[in-house]
Amino acid sequence: MPIFLWLFLLIVLPHIELFLMSLKYENDMGDMVWSLQNYGEFFAEEIYWLTFIRVALYSILVTFLTFVITFPIAFYITKIVSVKYKGFLIILLLMPFWVSELVRVYGWMILLRESGVINYFLQALGLIDKPIEMLYNDVSMIMGLVYTSMLFMVVPLISSLDGMDDSYIEAAHDLGASKIVIFFKIVIPYTAPGIVSGSIVVFMLTLGNYLTPNLMGGKNSLWFTEQIYNQFIASFNWNQGAAFGFLLLILSSFIIWLGLKLTKQNLTKALS
Amino acid sequence: MNQSLVIESLKKSFGDFKAVDGIDFYVEEGKFFSILGPSGCGKTTLLRMIAGFLEPSSGSIRICGDEMIGISPNKRPVNLVFQNLALFPMMDVGENIAFGLKRQNFSKKEIEEKVKNILEKVHLTGYERKNVSNLSGGQKQRVAIARSLVLEPSILLLDEPLGALDLKLREQMKIELKKLQNEFGTTFIYITHDQSEALVMSDKVAVMNNGKFEQIDTPKNLYANPKTSFVANFVGETNKFEAKLIDDAGVVKTKEGIDFRVNLIDKNIKKDCFVFIRPEAIVMMVEGNMEDMNYFDLSIKTILFDGSNTKVLATLNDTEHEIMVSLPQNRKFAHIKEGEVISAGVHISDCKCYE
Ligand SMILES: Nc1ncnc2c1ncn2[C@@H]1O[C@H](COP(=O)(O)OP(=O)(O)OP(=O)(O)O)[C@@H](O)[C@H]1O
Ligand SMILES: [Mg+2]
Repeated sequence: MPIFLWLFLLIVLPHIELFLMSLKYENDMGDMVWSLQNYGEFFAEEIYWLTFIRVALYSILVTFLTFVITFPIAFYITKIVSVKYKGFLIILLLMPFWVSELVRVYGWMILLRESGVINYFLQALGLIDKPIEMLYNDVSMIMGLVYTSMLFMVVPLISSLDGMDDSYIEAAHDLGASKIVIFFKIVIPYTAPGIVSGSIVVFMLTLGNYLTPNLMGGKNSLWFTEQIYNQFIASFNWNQGAAFGFLLLILSSFIIWLGLKLTKQNLTKALS
Repeated sequence: MNQSLVIESLKKSFGDFKAVDGIDFYVEEGKFFSILGPSGCGKTTLLRMIAGFLEPSSGSIRICGDEMIGISPNKRPVNLVFQNLALFPMMDVGENIAFGLKRQNFSKKEIEEKVKNILEKVHLTGYERKNVSNLSGGQKQRVAIARSLVLEPSILLLDEPLGALDLKLREQMKIELKKLQNEFGTTFIYITHDQSEALVMSDKVAVMNNGKFEQIDTPKNLYANPKTSFVANFVGETNKFEAKLIDDAGVVKTKEGIDFRVNLIDKNIKKDCFVFIRPEAIVMMVEGNMEDMNYFDLSIKTILFDGSNTKVLATLNDTEHEIMVSLPQNRKFAHIKEGEVISAGVHISDCKCYE
């Protein structure tokens, strides 16, 4: 029972509040009235829904890149390296995540900025004449987001690869499958629940990330969370902000639902 | 007859440890060949080298005349039935069996046909769409074997495939495996540490110990004429005596002080030796003084009733040394009671003496 109370107090109640708020609009007389105007605003103003789509696509991209980068790492740690070094490697992998996201992002900034470490060495080696700005663009932002997300992908991947008996791989190999076939027909389907749960977490965190896009992205790398923030804090338009927040929730739920449908996975299996 | 497999001076070391230490043998086409040995003697290591999962340290493996060293497992004409079966849990029975066929570019229709046929042969007709996790132990076993046999390999390798089954099912599957092998005519190489599995099913059995083969023979010969003391001890039930040779013509005195005239199998015994006598070689209630018999008294301690396999536990003469004697199931011995002393004898040729 406490779990339901917890769910209700922390999740359902605020969302009901948020939803009601999003339906109130200040009309020309200055009165608060029930209206869908806040949602209308979103579709009327191009910048809002363009950002919205951009953020969705980038989040999918980040999720995919995170998977592509972490899968070989997880595979290497669980299946190739000897058991002796496994624990050590996992700790090495988790180490950067003991510090806060802010510090991690700042670490990247020290490396990448105009007066940063990388520029210094490139100049010292004579590869470039004057420093190049590597921060504040979409590429650096995506890199930062992927880096921040890696932990949340690699942990479920390691645990589902760990649960996979090596004999499945050997049996497939024995039955005539090449390495590529084994990867796509045996390893991926077997680890699908881990991939799905990792992807869901990474996707949600990326979509809802505020810090990294803000610090590492450029002027044009607007993230939807920044617009929600602006509505709440900068414009004091809580009703508009609530509507945006709600739209973000619906968007993320929809994309996850679509992803599960397309890959024929189901949520309870992925999260169990 | 053609040879499916020829192995010459095959070795595999892990660091300093020699897991497989110089093995030579061949298997004729269509035979059921078993490798029998205690845990850790190197059976799996040997099998994995044949399948291609392990690179030998030295030696040669030829399958149907072709050298296999350096060829990856997916390119070898052999298939392995894993100890844990390794049925793919995310696929149903039909997909599991079709997995290898799909790799060989058969048409969809051919694959369906082959899957159906093989399921029929392993008595699982209509099981195509069943989930593998819902099958019983014996059914999983048959799916795993079907998955390999459907590819028509030159050799099927089986690594203790009955290990996980309960006793009753194991007895059943033994017979079924033998039947399947007959039906398909595929060469089977079967690994086990259970001597009854090896003896019942095989055309030939190799007894393995410490990375080496002690003897390769038919089950009957292996039981009747073990070449080494390890084989005599490991294959079948037996009574073992520690003894010393007191006459080169073949007389020993056991540790307990009983004299036996024995059949010297090892010709170069110095002094210490072992004598092995099978429980069924001992004849009860005989008296006399035939030239080629050892005679002694048995004090019956316990009768171990087990139907047709009933035995008695008895001590020899007035020693404490206990031996097993088979009790034939006929009226003649029905009156034997615990505590009784009866005369018995054993033929000299059945007292096998090894170094
Ligand atoms: N990769 C390895 N590294 C080091 N030693 C190994 C390795 N694989 C096997 N061994 C050793 O080689 C020996 C033989 O192992 P193997 O698995 O072949 O035994 P087995 O006869 O199959 O035993 P069991 O009946 O218990 O399965 C064992 O002592 C084992 O510890
Ligand atoms: Mg083994």
